[in-house]
Amino acid sequence: MDTLDLARWQFAITTVYHFIFVPITIGLSALVAGLQTAWVRTGREEYLRATKFWGKLFLINFAMGVVTGLVQEFQFGMNWSAYSRFVGDIFGAPLAIEGLLAFFLESTFLGLWIFGWDRLPKRVHLATIWLASFGTMLSAYFILAANSWMQHPVGYTVNAERGRAELTDIGAVLTNSTALVTFPHTITACFLTAGALLLAVSAWHLRRRNQVEVFRPGLKLGAWVVLISGVGVFITGDLQARIMTEQQPMKMAAAEALYDTSQPASFSVFTIGSLNGREELASVRIPSLLSLLATGSPSGEVEGINDIQQRYSQQYGEGDYVPYVPVTYWSFRLMIGFGGLAMAIAALALWSTRKDRLPRGRWLWIAAVSAVAMPLLANSFGWIFTEVGRQPWTVFGLFKTAQSVSPSVATSQAATSVIVLTLLYGGLAVIELVLMLRYARAGAPETVVPPDEDDPDRPLAFAY
Amino acid sequence: MALTTVWFVLIAVLWAGYFLLEGFDFGVGMLLGHLGRDDRERRLLINTIGPVWDGNEVWLIVAGGATFAAFPEWYATLFSGFYLPLLIILVALILRGLAFEYRGKVDSPRWRRRWDAAIIGGSLVPAVLWGVAFGNIVRGVRLDAHHEYAGTFFDLLNPYALLGGLTTLTLFLLHGAVFLALKTDGEMRERAGKLAARLSVPAIVVAAAFLLWTQLTHHDAWGWALSAAAAVALVAGAVAARARREGWAFLATGITLVLAVAALFVTLFPDVMPSTLPGGASLTVTNAASTPYTLKVMTWVAVFFTPLVLLYQGWTYWVFRKRLRIEHIPVGHP
Ligand code: HDD
Ligand code: HEM
Ligand code: HEM
Repeated sequence: MDTLDLARWQFAITTVYHFIFVPITIGLSALVAGLQTAWVRTGREEYLRATKFWGKLFLINFAMGVVTGLVQEFQFGMNWSAYSRFVGDIFGAPLAIEGLLAFFLESTFLGLWIFGWDRLPKRVHLATIWLASFGTMLSAYFILAANSWMQHPVGYTVNAERGRAELTDIGAVLTNSTALVTFPHTITACFLTAGALLLAVSAWHLRRRNQVEVFRPGLKLGAWVVLISGVGVFITGDLQARIMTEQQPMKMAAAEALYDTSQPASFSVFTIGSLNGREELASVRIPSLLSLLATGSPSGEVEGINDIQQRYSQQYGEGDYVPYVPVTYWSFRLMIGFGGLAMAIAALALWSTRKDRLPRGRWLWIAAVSAVAMPLLANSFGWIFTEVGRQPWTVFGLFKTAQSVSPSVATSQAATSVIVLTLLYGGLAVIELVLMLRYARAGAPETVVPPDEDDPDRPLAFAY
Repeated sequence: MALTTVWFVLIAVLWAGYFLLEGFDFGVGMLLGHLGRDDRERRLLINTIGPVWDGNEVWLIVAGGATFAAFPEWYATLFSGFYLPLLIILVALILRGLAFEYRGKVDSPRWRRRWDAAIIGGSLVPAVLWGVAFGNIVRGVRLDAHHEYAGTFFDLLNPYALLGGLTTLTLFLLHGAVFLALKTDGEMRERAGKLAARLSVPAIVVAAAFLLWTQLTHHDAWGWALSAAAAVALVAGAVAARARREGWAFLATGITLVLAVAALFVTLFPDVMPSTLPGGASLTVTNAASTPYTLKVMTWVAVFFTPLVLLYQGWTYWVFRKRLRIEHIPVGHP
């Protein structure tokens, strides 16, 4: 392995890991804010107990999101210095804006929310969690705009003399059509993820008939969030697929392992065979679906890998422009599959607990608890698909991954970094999981005593 | 002023803000074992920075992001060149950040001891390494003609840079002790105040030596002036700490840190990373910068949003202005 391979592995490992915590943060912060709003408006204690309970899980998760995000900010310069030199003029701006607009907002107002229970008036305190939640979405927007620019560069010129891309239109970068569909797709996926967490943890307690007054509403809320955001994910995913076919036809062809241009193109649900696509032993196909997905018309033409490869060789010079098809093919299916499965479980859970029912059978509960993992997997596969499908480019059509790596970083250094971070992340995963399970099982606090405003020596309502 | 100069100044401001703010929470972290004799006392210390440490750390993230946007060449060279020190800083910051959130989450002395070690070590390591990094930036490193770092890890551990590390270490310790004297009440306030008075002596000696060495090598008129002002502020801080004028002492150590960062940056200007390699090329505010258009966009963003950030971060400090006493720390863990 050389520095390039190591840098790629590190980026893949650290980013996928970061994106385990990110969607939970984005989705759960809004759900917690919603629960707290319900408490402020109705004054019912169950809502306050629920706010405290989900809030605690949210904070355990948030800490991991923050510390793994730090690595993200640094590693562009550390491992991808050639890339940073090439794109910094454009790519740096959304990153810096993200920090100034979003990270300050999130971290400051979350500090106020955590420690402010007895320091701030009720409504001001409620506003702090909404602002923090708004900050997470803002951060998502800017980082996705940066990533979208890599998928579909706009608003730039290439300065050959300086050997870099230069920004000509920040408006174009921030309203990139790719960003405009990626953002809602990712945000709805984040809500799906948080909804599944609510569903799963509530199901665990309901199976034991534990704190039904808190967890029955929790299960309903979670399941509805999964279903509604799931619909959003599918709609936006469809829009994304169309834009992608236009902007990165190779990615769509690779997603389908479609080697030959077809009209109409069928959607392969499942294929057994050699995935380099030369031979197909058996497959399940839905006629015309791919045409519909990719072009919006059931008889649309979808270009195949071989034709695109030929076209790109003429356009960009000789080279291999085909991403690693087994990964793109399967990650695309697994993304959709796991997301759909989470929705099916949510629907089942809603149906079985309709009215006042609380079934005894164990399979429903096992399925509902397992739902927590599915959106997380779908998210990871979604990103793996997006990023691997863009290969061999880091910036599509402009700059290749092989050119991006830091020339001054020795292989031994890059190896040290991957090993250290992987071991560290592995250890932290265990700690995080233990804490999450522990606090998820502990259930909601039985009562929450309102703080006594008049006693200056009273203990803090929250302390580390 | 040219936009490149504006951004050079803004980046200096971000680092000054980072040292000013995270400086004291590094100090508190490093003093955790020394000042906190039992679990409740250690929690008292941690809770003085609880609501603010994450917001303080964002100053670093924004400094990094702003460098990427305004001086991509600088960002690329610095981060790939100082690879291992940055990796060590990352690991330290990761463990430290998690420690605040997780140390109280399991009721076991062993669990808490380990996270305490993470807080102490995770504060100590960056407190030293940031100084080492800045020492090297000001001193110059071996950059080749393509602005790539051509030195080794051990080149970074030269005496001048190590003295820089010792400077940030002692200054952050002092700044943290002063902060604790300001933010606590009762016995802890007394202890922190005494410690601050004692820490002020090594801080003055080390910082003066470092700034003097810097100016004797670079002879920058503004650098001399700012270094002298930093020294005056530091001595004033020491006097105030001894007199137990905690607010004044904190103000003075804060000003010291800001002026020291300013002194280093004016000494550096117009370079951002000088090269010491024969035939190498230094990075300057001109050849490292983004295009005027990008700088203009970023300037507008900074003009609109920096005041807002200062406003709400300032408000946080106002909300949590009350001194903490040991009675404020609830007995059970959350
Ligand atoms: C779709 C959303 C999204 C995506 C694609 C990414 N992140 Fe992230 N990031 C977040 C959404 C987010 C967040 C939800 O806003 C987090 C989680 C915890 C937090 O504080 O904010 C966060 C945290 C976070 C932090 C810590 C902020 C703090 O201390 O408060 C940094 C520095 C980054 N991220 C940087 C990155 C970079 C450079 C990425 C690209 C490779 C990246 N993130 C992908
Ligand atoms: C958070 C969700 C993301 C995930 C899970 C993700 C995943 C990945 C993966 C798996 C790779 C490795 C691809 C390969 O080696 O073939 C990769 C590469 C890369 N991605 Fe992403 N990515 C994410 C977001 C982003 C964002 C937001 C950016 C930019 C702002 C980005 C920039 C890059 C870069 C620079 C590389 C390195 C070059 C490469 O090996 O492809 N990624 N990413
Ligand atoms: C019919 C269903 C879906 C379709 C058609 C779809 C489509 C897509 C497409 C085309 C991309 C790649 C975009 C690009 O490369 O520019 C993508 C990425 C992604 N998908 Fe989906 N998706 C679906 C379901 C899901 C589900 C259920 C989840 C998670 C719960 C999910 C999460 C993601 C994530 C996190 C990414 C990467 C970020 C992004 O580019 O938006 N997707 N999806």
